Amino acid sequence: MTKTILKATDICKIYDLGETKIHALKNVSLELFENDFLAIVGKSGSGKSTLMHILGLLDTPTSGELILKDKNVTKYTPNQLAHIRNEEIGFVFQFFNLLQRTSTLDNVILPLKYSHVPKNQWEDKAKKMLEIVDLGDRLQNKSNELSGGQKQRVAIARALVNDPAIIFADEPTGNLDSKTGDEIVALFKKLHSQGKTIIIVTHDDDLAKIAERKIVLRDGIIV
Amino acid sequence: MNILEAVKAAFISLSLNKTRSFLTMLGVIIGVFAVISLVSLVKGVENFVTDQFNALGSNLILVAPGRTGFNQDPAVTFTNNKLRAKHIELIEKYAGNYIVGVTPSIRVGKTVKYKNKQFAATVSGVNEKAFQITDVSAETGRNFTEGEVSSKARVTVIGPQVSDELFGEIDPLGKKVTVEGIAFEVIGVLNKKGLNSDDRILVPYTSLDTYLGIDKFSGIATKAKDGQKIDIVMGQVELALLHDLKADEFDVLSQKDILSSVSNILGVLSAGLGAVAAISLVVGGIGIMNIMLVSVTERTKEIGLRKALGATPSNIAVQFLSEAVVISLMGGVIGISLGWLLTVGISSLIRAQIPGWALIISVGFSVGVGVLFGTYPAITAGKKDPIESLRYE
Repeated sequence: MTKTILKATDICKIYDLGETKIHALKNVSLELFENDFLAIVGKSGSGKSTLMHILGLLDTPTSGELILKDKNVTKYTPNQLAHIRNEEIGFVFQFFNLLQRTSTLDNVILPLKYSHVPKNQWEDKAKKMLEIVDLGDRLQNKSNELSGGQKQRVAIARALVNDPAIIFADEPTGNLDSKTGDEIVALFKKLHSQGKTIIIVTHDDDLAKIAERKIVLRDGIIV
Repeated sequence: MNILEAVKAAFISLSLNKTRSFLTMLGVIIGVFAVISLVSLVKGVENFVTDQFNALGSNLILVAPGRTGFNQDPAVTFTNNKLRAKHIELIEKYAGNYIVGVTPSIRVGKTVKYKNKQFAATVSGVNEKAFQITDVSAETGRNFTEGEVSSKARVTVIGPQVSDELFGEIDPLGKKVTVEGIAFEVIGVLNKKGLNSDDRILVPYTSLDTYLGIDKFSGIATKAKDGQKIDIVMGQVELALLHDLKADEFDVLSQKDILSSVSNILGVLSAGLGAVAAISLVVGGIGIMNIMLVSVTERTKEIGLRKALGATPSNIAVQFLSEAVVISLMGGVIGISLGWLLTVGISSLIRAQIPGWALIISVGFSVGVGVLFGTYPAITAGKKDPIESLRYE
C-alpha cells in the first residue's frame, strides 16, 4: 500500500429538506491506496452509502475536497464525472442491477459503450472478464436465466471491464445465501490478490473482516 | 455511445415491449397511411381525369351548358341547358375556318342488350366529325357517315369493352343491339383507348333525338386546327354562340382549363384531408410522448445504473430520443408500406401513384414527430439524478 489513488479531505454532505437539514457526513477524511482492500462499516443511516456515492463520484460533497489520481475532481461537471466514473470506478450493487432480458455478455459490454475503447475490442474484453469470474460458458444467457450468485459475478465482471482504479461493492453479499456469499467473498479476495483496489460497504461485520482495513461510520463521522 | 449504438439499443429496448411499441406507433402508422393513401388517391383521380381528356385528343375545345365553377348548382346547369343542334351550325358558320369540325356530345347511361346479354354502357350521341375531333375511330368495320347522321340512321359504333361483353368471340358487325327496345346495327368497333372510353357506344345524335327523345346536349366539342391559336378559336366559338345564347348560358373551355379546374378542386381536397392526417400525426406524437414518459419512469433504475457506469446526461437523452424517433420512423415506414399496398391494390381501378415528395414528407414528418415529442421525455431522462435513480423502486 503505497501510492494514494483517492484522497478525501473534510467531506461534508448536507441534505437540505427545507425546514430541516440532515448532516449525512461530517468532515470525513480518508485515503484509498493502490491495492487497498477497505471495508466501510456502519449501521443503516450512518452515512456509509453517502460516503461511497461521493467517493465513487456519483454524488458531490457539500464541502470538502476530492483528489483522484492527483486530480482535484471536486468541482467537475456531471459530464466530466461521468467520464471519470467510466474509466476509474467500478460498482457492484447489492441487487446486481443487471439489464433485464439482456445477455451476460451485453451486460458486461455496457460500460465499454460509454468508453473510448474501440468497438472491435468490446467483446474480447467482456469475454475475458467473464472468464475471470468463471462465467465463460454463460455468455449468451439472459440475466433472468442466472442464479443470484451468477448475477453478482456478472456485475463484478462488468465492474472490472474498464480496468478501473477502484471497485466499490455495496453490500455485495446482502442478497445472497451464505454459500453463494462466500463464493463472492472468495472472488473479491482473488481480485485483491491480483492487485485490484476494492472498497466494500456493508453493515455486516463478518463481511468486513475479509478486508485488510476497515473504517466505521456512525452518524456521519468516522469513529 | 454513438448514434448507431443508441439506435441499436433502441431497437432492443422496443423489442422487449413489442405490443406496447406497436400500439405506440399506431398513431403515426394511421397518420402516415392516411397521408400516403390520400395523396395517392388524389393523384390517381388527377391521372384518371388527365387520361380521360388526353384520350380525347389535343387542341380540344368544349362548350358546356351554363357556367362552370364552384358556386354553380349542377342541377340548374342541367335544367337550364340550352345547347341544341342549331348551335353546332352557328359554330361551323362563324368559327369554321379555325376548327377541324364540331360535334354535339350527348352522354347518357343506358342498358345495351344483345339477345340475352346486357351491358350498362354510356350511350354517346355525336355526329360524324366526332371521330376526327376526339381521336377515336372504328378499328374494325367503319365510322358512321354524314349521310347516316342526317338520315337518322339506327347505326352504332361500339366500344371494345361493349363488344367483348355482348358478343365475346362473335363478330359484332352487322348484328343489332337494342337500347330501350330500339335496335341499332353495329357497323364498327372502336380502337382500345383504355379507361372508361371503351364502355360506350356511339350513335348519331339525330337518332337519339328521334328514337329516344334525348335532345339536350351534354356539351359541344370542337377541335382547333392550330394548337397555338386555341385562345383565338375559343373567342370565335364564344362569339358564334353569343348570336343565340346569353353569356351565362354556356361556357367555352379548353382541356387545360378543365384540367386546371379539376386540379384546383383536388388541391383543396388534398389540403383538407392533409390537415386531418396531420392531426392524426400530432395525436400519434402525443401518444409517443406519453409512453416515453412512462418508459423513463419505469426505467429509472436502468438510467441510474447507466449513469453509474459512465453514461453522461446526453448519452441517456440520446438513447431515449432514439427510441422515440425509431418508434415514430417505424410507424412511418409501416404507414408508407400500407399506403403503397393500397396503391398497388387499387391500381387496377385507378392509376394511383405515390409521388416522391410524399415519401420524403412522410419520412420527414415521422422523424419530426419523434424528435418533437421525444425531446421532453429524453431531457427528463438525462437530467435524472444517478443516486435517486439507483434507489428507485
